[in-house]
Amino acid sequence: MKTLLLLAEHDQHGLKPATLNTLTAAKQLSNNITLLLVGPDSERAATQASAYQGVTNVMINNHACYDHGLAENIAALMADLAQPFTYLLAPATTFGKNILPRVSALLTIAMISDVCEIIDDNTFVQPIYAGNALKTVRNLQAKQVLSIRTSAFTAAGELTSTPAPIDVLTQHPQARACTFINQQLTVSTRPELTSARVIIAGGRALQSADNFDTLLAPLATKLNAAIGASRAAVDAGFAPNDQQVGQTGKIVAPELYIAIGISGAIQHLAGMKDSNVIVAINCDPDAAIFHCADYGLVGDLHQIVPELIEKL
Amino acid sequence: MKILVAVKRVIDPYAKIRVNADQTGIETHNVKLSMNPFDEIALEEALRLKEQGLASEIIVISIGPIQAQETLRQGLALGADRAILIQTDQDLEPLVIAQLLNRISLREAPQLIILGKQAIDNDANQTGQMLAALLNWPQATFASKVTIDQQRVTVEREIDGGLQTLAFDLPGIITTDLRLNTPRFAKLPNIMKAKSKPLEIIASETLGIDLTPRLTTLSIKPPPIRPKGILVHSVDELIDKLRFEAKVI
Repeated sequence: MKTLLLLAEHDQHGLKPATLNTLTAAKQLSNNITLLLVGPDSERAATQASAYQGVTNVMINNHACYDHGLAENIAALMADLAQPFTYLLAPATTFGKNILPRVSALLTIAMISDVCEIIDDNTFVQPIYAGNALKTVRNLQAKQVLSIRTSAFTAAGELTSTPAPIDVLTQHPQARACTFINQQLTVSTRPELTSARVIIAGGRALQSADNFDTLLAPLATKLNAAIGASRAAVDAGFAPNDQQVGQTGKIVAPELYIAIGISGAIQHLAGMKDSNVIVAINCDPDAAIFHCADYGLVGDLHQIVPELIEKL
Repeated sequence: MKILVAVKRVIDPYAKIRVNADQTGIETHNVKLSMNPFDEIALEEALRLKEQGLASEIIVISIGPIQAQETLRQGLALGADRAILIQTDQDLEPLVIAQLLNRISLREAPQLIILGKQAIDNDANQTGQMLAALLNWPQATFASKVTIDQQRVTVEREIDGGLQTLAFDLPGIITTDLRLNTPRFAKLPNIMKAKSKPLEIIASETLGIDLTPRLTTLSIKPPPIRPKGILVHSVDELIDKLRFEAKVI
């Protein structure tokens, strides 16, 4: 039987949505799935994880050296645990991208990044060139290391009435590691960008951070949407970098993506073109964004957005 | 302090990407090739550290065909002191790249290795982390700010929820994100001078690493084309379409 170890991403509040997308991919590969949760705050998430259908085992390690998702020791632990597993998975988030290649190298395995489709148990599709091409890869290594593009898989939702057992691990192999200093996490009452059902995204044509607040924020509130931004808007200082959608920012695929004042640079399109429905609002009828939009509206965003807020 | 900077020659970020006719690769004929943008940022950071008096020597290294010398000469023109090309005509996997870089790291003994977080061709985002694993060095990936005080390196890095700051004692690995710095352009006199800087060429098969690919590419295809959408003419029409046609609000 093919066994699978999934490195779960979580915080003190529980599992991150990315973990559930990755679980969906995992279920396509294995019916013997172990979730690994590490860090001092992993108990709550472990209890949640154990209730998901498809999860056979949960392993947690509370040691302080795994706090804040630092790669070195987590990779050492995962490599230590790898022996019985055919597949090693993690979400292709900054958390997973930081750790999984390190695990792969410790095991001398070639890794496949950003799997967006599973064709069979050793054939995978991954985007390359910022999504301008899709590469199909066959992997015949005895052990396979895969990071999963979360936007390409729905979030696992089905729960089971017989929760998986939770094993508490105590070993903590040490690597030469970074020391955590601090972090500033954006606090928001809105849905998380990568798991939101609706995203309102603004570009350079918004002209200021103020306009993000006065035009986009009320629209996002009305639609219970996350706020995204193009790289141009982030570079201009209109929006924080963690709102950036695109090849170098976040890859998203919501039900509805409303691009406002975004021209549609290739690297932005790479981050959102798998959205279910795309709306583009732009004053330039030749803007590239209209080529990938299901509904386009040409006009002045300063008039259109307030009207939209009023009429929704 | 000696800094090693890895640079890759890739299709220029502004060039149009076309899948070749037999769907085995990307068309590179008559396409402009440039230094990977994340690697330009890596080199720029090394140059700034040297200008602050924190680095004594910068070595640029590339792994690729003989033409990758051009990318290395560009690195020398920007201010690197010497260059190493590990020559290969194969498209090597990130693990093998990391193993080759590991060999050179052991020989050159740099205290700091800076790499781009990913190359814009395969988008793998693996090499820096893999090299850190092989060296058993700390890794600070996706860096947006680097400060060095004696042996202590402090790195602010971009994570999904915001920013995280880590520190490590040298030696260590940094991979660069876009906001770390804005790379400079090479000045003409420096381009001339770069021609006489040392550039060592090493055949990839002489380093004792198995270069055989572990993965097989079955096909490379263009992404599916989205069906063409429509233009609506008013906010009312847009709301109507979203409500009754797309049923998303």
